[in-house]
Parts: sequence; C-alpha cells; structure tokens
Amino acid sequence: MNTTWRFLLALVFAVSISACKTTEPETDTTATDTTDTKPATEVTTAAAPDPRDYTDARNFDNSESLLSKRVIYFDFDKSEVKSEYRSIVAAHAAYISAHGSARVTLEGHADERGTREYNLGLGERRGNAISGLLSAAGAMGSQLDTVSYGEERPVCRVSDENCWWQNRRVEIVYTAR
Amino acid sequence: MRKIIYTLLFLLFSQLAQAKLEIEIIQGNASALPIAIIPMQWQATDPRPQTGVAEVVSSDLYRSGLFDPLDEEDMVDRPVDAESIRYGTWRLLKVDYIVIGKVKDAAGGTGYDITYQLFDVHTQEALLSQVTTVGLGDLRFGSHRVADAIYEKLTGIAGAFATRIAYISATGVGNDQNYQLFVADADGFNPQAVVGSPEPLLSPNWSPDGQRLAYVSFEKGNSAIYVQNVATGQRELVSSGKGINGAPAFSPDGRFMAMTLSASGNPEIYIRDLATGQKRQLTQHWAIDTEPVWSPDSQWVYFTSDRGGRPQIYRVPLTGGNPSRITLEGDYNARASISPDGTRIAMAHGRGNEYRIAVLDTNTGRVRVLTPGVLDESPSFAPNGSMILYATREGDRGVLSAVSVDGNVRQRLILTEGDVREPAWSPVIR
Repeated sequence: MNTTWRFLLALVFAVSISACKTTEPETDTTATDTTDTKPATEVTTAAAPDPRDYTDARNFDNSESLLSKRVIYFDFDKSEVKSEYRSIVAAHAAYISAHGSARVTLEGHADERGTREYNLGLGERRGNAISGLLSAAGAMGSQLDTVSYGEERPVCRVSDENCWWQNRRVEIVYTAR
Repeated sequence: MRKIIYTLLFLLFSQLAQAKLEIEIIQGNASALPIAIIPMQWQATDPRPQTGVAEVVSSDLYRSGLFDPLDEEDMVDRPVDAESIRYGTWRLLKVDYIVIGKVKDAAGGTGYDITYQLFDVHTQEALLSQVTTVGLGDLRFGSHRVADAIYEKLTGIAGAFATRIAYISATGVGNDQNYQLFVADADGFNPQAVVGSPEPLLSPNWSPDGQRLAYVSFEKGNSAIYVQNVATGQRELVSSGKGINGAPAFSPDGRFMAMTLSASGNPEIYIRDLATGQKRQLTQHWAIDTEPVWSPDSQWVYFTSDRGGRPQIYRVPLTGGNPSRITLEGDYNARASISPDGTRIAMAHGRGNEYRIAVLDTNTGRVRVLTPGVLDESPSFAPNGSMILYATREGDRGVLSAVSVDGNVRQRLILTEGDVREPAWSPVIR
C-alpha cells in the first residue's frame, strides 16, 4: 500500500515535471520535421520497462522511474537526507548492488552562502551521506566515489532561496552502468 | 579630486587577459591630508610615459583615504627645486604638504632614478629627500615605492602600495566556464593570468617572500593543491590525496604549509613540511575543520570548525592540543585573516542570510562589522594592516572591495569582466 502510494506520487510528480519541461521542444520539432514521428512511435510500442524494476538500465531514461532522478537536495548547512529522497537513493542502491560493474561518483555541492572552503567540506559531507545510504543498502564501497565541488559549480546564479535550494545538492553520476 | 567621485578607468592589457579595472572611493574620510604632488621633471633619454610618476603617487595616496591630493589643473605653480617653492601660494591653496622631483636615467646602468623631496608647507622643512632606482619596465612600481615612503613619513605606518594582489576570476556559464588566477599590482594595474582552467580554481595564498602562490585546482577532477612561481610559471603539485585537498596557507617562515585534507573521512587540518613532504595532523574531530591561518608568531593555527554546531573560529597551538573557540558572537564566523601585528582577526561574519566582514579585536574581544554587503567574504589584510581586501557581490557578479580597519574608508575594485572573488594581498615585496 505504502509503496504503491509512493509510486503513484512519484509518477504524478515525474509526469508533471516532464510535461512542463518538454512543452517547448515538442512544438518545435512537430512544426519543422514530420518524418520524426516514426522512430518516436517505435520507441513507445517497444516493450516498456517496468519503472519499478531498478535493476533495468533502461529506467535511467524513463521519467516514470526513480532511477531517472539523480539529484538529491538538502537544507541549508545540513547534510541529512530528507525522507522524500530516500526512495530515490534506495532505487539507485538496488541498481548498483545488482550491477557489480556500476561505478558512481557522488558530486556534493553547496549554495553560495558561507565561505568557499567550508562549503567544500559541506559538499563532501552531503556526498558522504548519500554514499553511506547506498552502502547500507548493498552497494560496495569500491563502486562509490565522492567529490565535493562546494559552491564552485552552481546550477543557478541568483542570490535568493529560489535559486539556493537547487544548488544545495548531491548529483549521482554514473561513470559506468 | 574632492569635487567629483574620482574614478580611475584604465584599459589594461596583458598577454593572457584583457581586463578593465575601476577603482572608486565609496566612503571617504573628511580629515584627509591635503597634499600636492607636482608633476616630475622628465630628464631621461626614453620618451616620457603617458602616466607620470606624480599621477601614480597621487592615485595611491588618494586610494588610501588618508590623503586629498590636489588636482593637477589646480596647480598654479610647478616648482622644480626647493628654492622655487613659493610657500605662500600653497598655503592659500590650503595644501599642507608638497612633493617635487625628477626622473633621470639611472646612474649606473639601465633604468631610472626617481629623485624626490617632501616639504611641509607650514614649516618649510624638507621631511624626505630620497632617490629610488628602478628597472626600465618598473616605473609604476618605483612610483608606488615613492607613495609608500610619503605615506610612512606622514602617517607613521609603512605603506603597502608597492605590493600585489591575487584573485580568482570566473567567466562564462555551463560548459564554457573558465576560471583564472590573476595577479595584479595593488592598484589593479598589470593584471596577469597566472593559471587558467575550465575546472574551478580557489583559495590563492602567497608565500611570505611574495614569489609563489599556493592554490586549489580541480583540473584533475578532484581538488588538489599546487604551488606556482609567479614570475616563471613553474609549478609543483603539493597534495592530491583522496577527498578534499584545500585551504593552503604558507607558514610565516615559508617552510611549512597548513592545509585541509579529508582523506581520513572528514576535513582535518594538517601541517606539511615543504622540504621533506612529511605531514602532521593538527586537528582530530568529526566536524568540518578547515581554513587554517597562522598567527604571525607561528605559535597558533586559527581555523574554522562547526564542532559546536555552526561554523566558528577556533585556534590550536602549532604543537597540537585542544582547540579553543575564539568567536562568540554571531551564528557564522569563518575564514579568518590575521593582522600583521596579531591584534585583529578579520572574518566572514554571518547573521541570517547576511554575510559581512567583521573584525575581532583580540585584546578587548570586541567585534566590529565593517562592511554593508549581504554576501561579503574572503577578507585579506594588507601587509601593513591598514586595509582589508574582500569579495562582495554586485547584482549577480562578484567584485573586490577594500575597507580600512576602522571602517571609515571603503573602495571598490571592479574587474568588469567575470565573477571576481577570493582576493589575497601579497606580502611586502623587497
């Protein structure tokens, strides 16, 4: 029951996100190029992966699957993984432990507030928090690497909370699947 | 110079970078000393440079906030020697001090001799009478030395004009991002890119002889500490262990480097012997311990730690032992810079979402906030302790500013291109 709800919620969230993200390019491609519809239908008619099968690599690009979510967000000056992100981390843990060849770098980041070297430490602490959860759920230490960029690689550059929350993050980067 | 906001707007060129710097006084000082720097007679064989010695000296003194140099167009008279100074005229112009001089070919070799004298208009006494000899390309540097001598004579504090600053500049977004470490004269002139990288560069720190810079580069994918000779470009990889390799800080004698390493699992302060490569762990705590700085007497290492819950400044004896907390006010105090006499600690001081530069007086324990910004950080004391250079934000870009230790004079240095941050003021170059 609980997992179904979580799945449904995730599905609604994923669909709503992909809906607003893809609006612009969709209208663009249909207007200029109609021959592209054929490969598109081929993809949809192929056996779609079960989004809850977290050992299936096709789910990395399946917006309905938690495997497609690879960014975890944090509160200011905090490194605790919030409950809403635990299912995403668990999905990746399932994949990594099922694929011995998988290698992951956890890139830790901070927002611009506070000093740069302290934020390097904070980014690392966040990366380690995700790494710890992945390990606890079955990933091998040798599969995981942590790099902190501190506040040096922001995705958003405006000085307000609307931007800051997007920068306080850990990116789960697969260097091998 | 007092009538309008005085802006130096110079186009500066270097081989690697084209940069534009603007310096302006944001907040002045009403009690600035009125002084006239008379354009110097040019007696050298080479053609006279566009910017003369007197102009550079005037700009330096003006930027300090302690002097009010007379505009060149208001100089009704241009005396060339002590005998031709008509003191009555200068008294009428409300000038207290006057500087005259000349530039000649250096007596024994290539270069210039800057011969100058400083007079008190009221007593008609010669306070300084000196010759500064510089190489052919170093006329500006020689001018800064003249300004240093005048500053020291009239304030009693050694000048810091003949020094340099290092800073990081970031340009571009996404995949076009580029980071550069620059070195410029203390007045912003002659910016030279020392190193550039598409990956982040941070935390520049000068060696005590002013010849080398330590910094952190992500060029290998993870943080690593390098030391680079500024003049030759030759560089050495000092630390690239697992995890963080950050916050390099040369010891006052240049033989050791304090740094932050997280190979043990979390950031700790280490002391590395630069000759042998041996390192010693100085802190041991699960918290983030970083941003080490040396006390001028090398007895202590100050650092930032969140072992008490939030980042605060602590210090630990260089020989090891239990750290003690130094900052008690405010919910965020980090990245200390210590004045050359050891009596003041500048830091990034946060309250809520506002970060300002504050100075802690180590004798009284009093904390004074010096800057009005909302995201001010990276304070760096001038080698004479008179000013603090720091990074601040204007809109969505970073700029550099300097503030006097009493908070009365602030000046802004803008590198018009890029996001400028992490200034480091060099030691005095001898």
